[in-house]
Amino acid sequence: MYVYDAFDRTLVAERVSEFRGQVARRLSGELTEEEFKLLRLQNGVYLQLHAYMLRIAIPYGTLSSEQLRMLARIARRYDRGYGHFTTRQNIQFHWIKLEELPDAMAELASVGMHGMQTSGNNVRNITTDQWAGVAPDEIEDPRVWAEVIRQHVTLHPEFSFMPRKFKIAVGSSSHDRAALRIHDLAFRLHRNGSGETGFEVMVGGGLGRTPFLAKTIRPFLLKRDVLSYVEAVLRTYNQFGRRDNIWKARIKILVHDLGAETFAKEVETEWQGIKDGRLALDPAVVADVASRFVYPAYEALADSPPDLAQARRADRRFSTWVDNSVSNHKIPGYAIVTLSLKPEGGTPGDATAEQMDAIADLADRYSFGEIRVGHEQNLALPHVAQRDLFAVWRALDKIGVATSNVGLVSDIIACPGLDYCSLANARSIPVAQEITRRFRDRDLAHDLGRLHINISGCINACGHHHVGHIGILGVEKNGEEFYQLTIGGRADEEARLGTLIGPAVSYGEVADVVEDIVAAYLELRARPDEIFLETVERVGVEPFRERVYATR
Amino acid sequence: MRLVKAGQVVEDRYVRVLDDAPIPEGVPVIVPAGRFLADAAEIASREGATGVLWPNNRKIAELAPHLDRLALVALEFPKFRDGRAYSQARLLREHYGFRGELRATGDVLRDQFMFLLRAGFDAFEVKKDADAAVFASEVTRKTVFYQPTGDGRVPAPRARLDGAEAPPVASRDEQVV
Repeated sequence: MYVYDAFDRTLVAERVSEFRGQVARRLSGELTEEEFKLLRLQNGVYLQLHAYMLRIAIPYGTLSSEQLRMLARIARRYDRGYGHFTTRQNIQFHWIKLEELPDAMAELASVGMHGMQTSGNNVRNITTDQWAGVAPDEIEDPRVWAEVIRQHVTLHPEFSFMPRKFKIAVGSSSHDRAALRIHDLAFRLHRNGSGETGFEVMVGGGLGRTPFLAKTIRPFLLKRDVLSYVEAVLRTYNQFGRRDNIWKARIKILVHDLGAETFAKEVETEWQGIKDGRLALDPAVVADVASRFVYPAYEALADSPPDLAQARRADRRFSTWVDNSVSNHKIPGYAIVTLSLKPEGGTPGDATAEQMDAIADLADRYSFGEIRVGHEQNLALPHVAQRDLFAVWRALDKIGVATSNVGLVSDIIACPGLDYCSLANARSIPVAQEITRRFRDRDLAHDLGRLHINISGCINACGHHHVGHIGILGVEKNGEEFYQLTIGGRADEEARLGTLIGPAVSYGEVADVVEDIVAAYLELRARPDEIFLETVERVGVEPFRERVYATR
Repeated sequence: MRLVKAGQVVEDRYVRVLDDAPIPEGVPVIVPAGRFLADAAEIASREGATGVLWPNNRKIAELAPHLDRLALVALEFPKFRDGRAYSQARLLREHYGFRGELRATGDVLRDQFMFLLRAGFDAFEVKKDADAAVFASEVTRKTVFYQPTGDGRVPAPRARLDGAEAPPVASRDEQVV
């Protein structure tokens, strides 16, 4: 956990106070909706189909139990009793009243939370591996660097009115759980030949209408240079990114138009001028940020306690859940427990106030008061003693967040879609719900193995459909909802964009097509443990197309 | 529109000259970039201070060789959301060391004042009278900044190390419900 100090608290409180004034000016008519729009967006406030929506940042996906209880309180007091976790480790409340927003923000500020820069043309919430600090394969905790960068770009006087939004991710493991290559700017911590740690810098990734994977523009950047490099990239983008066409305004278009090499040269020139100035990082500053990440006082425990093995033998459902939802922790005797927010027929990523409160209590009791939010729209308890797994499972099962479908076909990532979003062309949530019903058979789901379905209700791609193993994109044709399907996408260290499998299909046919794609996989796979993605990579898209579209 | 300098609404001494109008002698003028570059030496050597209105899509490097002849550079915000001039301002101040008047013009609202100040602007053509009137109080309501710029304010990461006390919160938002 990063613990806010008085500086952080004052900054957030001053921002809330400023926003309160802006809302008052809007309500009195002193600000036009056009002027207010920009100001509210900088604070995470959207105007959606039915009401204002507030998006709250959960930096690097780390929440304390106190913060989660506050989110439950916001859900109850200002919304309709639930919240929606997004693919960027944020939470959204969709039913907040404009005049109550400043109060909601003030309450959030009391636990160090805010909506600053969760929307608008600025640097958004920095994301990292949701298992940062506990993953066995990480080089060091990437959140320290995410926080160093977060502070630097928060209310940055030069970069609050950029051509478009700007997303930064930081990773530190061989296995990429932060989807680095689909970010505007990404840093991957690694060791060079002489054992020194530094960053690989990638730029120009992004999904949306024109998807690109980020390109490496610097294989190794010293840690001391990370802020000056961020500033050089942002300055180049702020001046030269396109502003005439919103669809061409992201940095990926600038990088593509100039070419990665030319872009890198522009950045290099700018960077050389500032790298040894006031942005050169003092190790004491980094150490100070690091010192405010609090780590649990773990007990000395052994892995695989005998009770656990016995409980697994006694209860098959529990055992299945352990195989599916429990991951290795870097400390012996502990485990990372993923909480599925994808129950059959549910809305992916939604949690009720009651669930949030219960999870906060469980975190206090079993996970040192800490909760994580992942980009797959699930939560995690990051420090559970293995001996407690059975008790934790029973408690999670009771509140409906122990579905053993993590990483499986029904663990669907979906945007809110046309049910909420004013940008959407098509519904996402009901499509996800129908697919989970089709695959309700647990044995089938487990037999299928790892299979990620991503659904976006429009080309903005909030559901990351391009990088879904199966990607579903809602489009509008003559006033009707249609869906394009891609297969073979992935967002990990071997990131790749999916390939279109055939013509778009109607709303009523989507779940059928997904079933047919899955049937084709079962027919085509070389052996039971060849996962869907491997089959697509081995045989290509064509055999899938033939089977799925033969009768359509 | 009101001109604000040093926190006060003041008279604008500068006369704006269009591309083809004659340049008056003996008074401070602001001329468009194209005209200035076409005839920089002559315009700058006349009696009276010279300012230039620099568009936000033209590289500041082009203006750099002329800075020592300029008393003022005006940078444009054609729309509130178009933030290119923030980068231009910082380059002028922090890279090229420009010490003359740096003026923000266009869609300038109170909500940008602090950002503009921190980027190096010291004169503001404020669109709404009500915003100009509250300039002084508006720029004191923020006391914590995370990042260094050329404005000399100590960023929080440095202040922490120096053992400084964080400024207390003045607003009602500290006392949360």
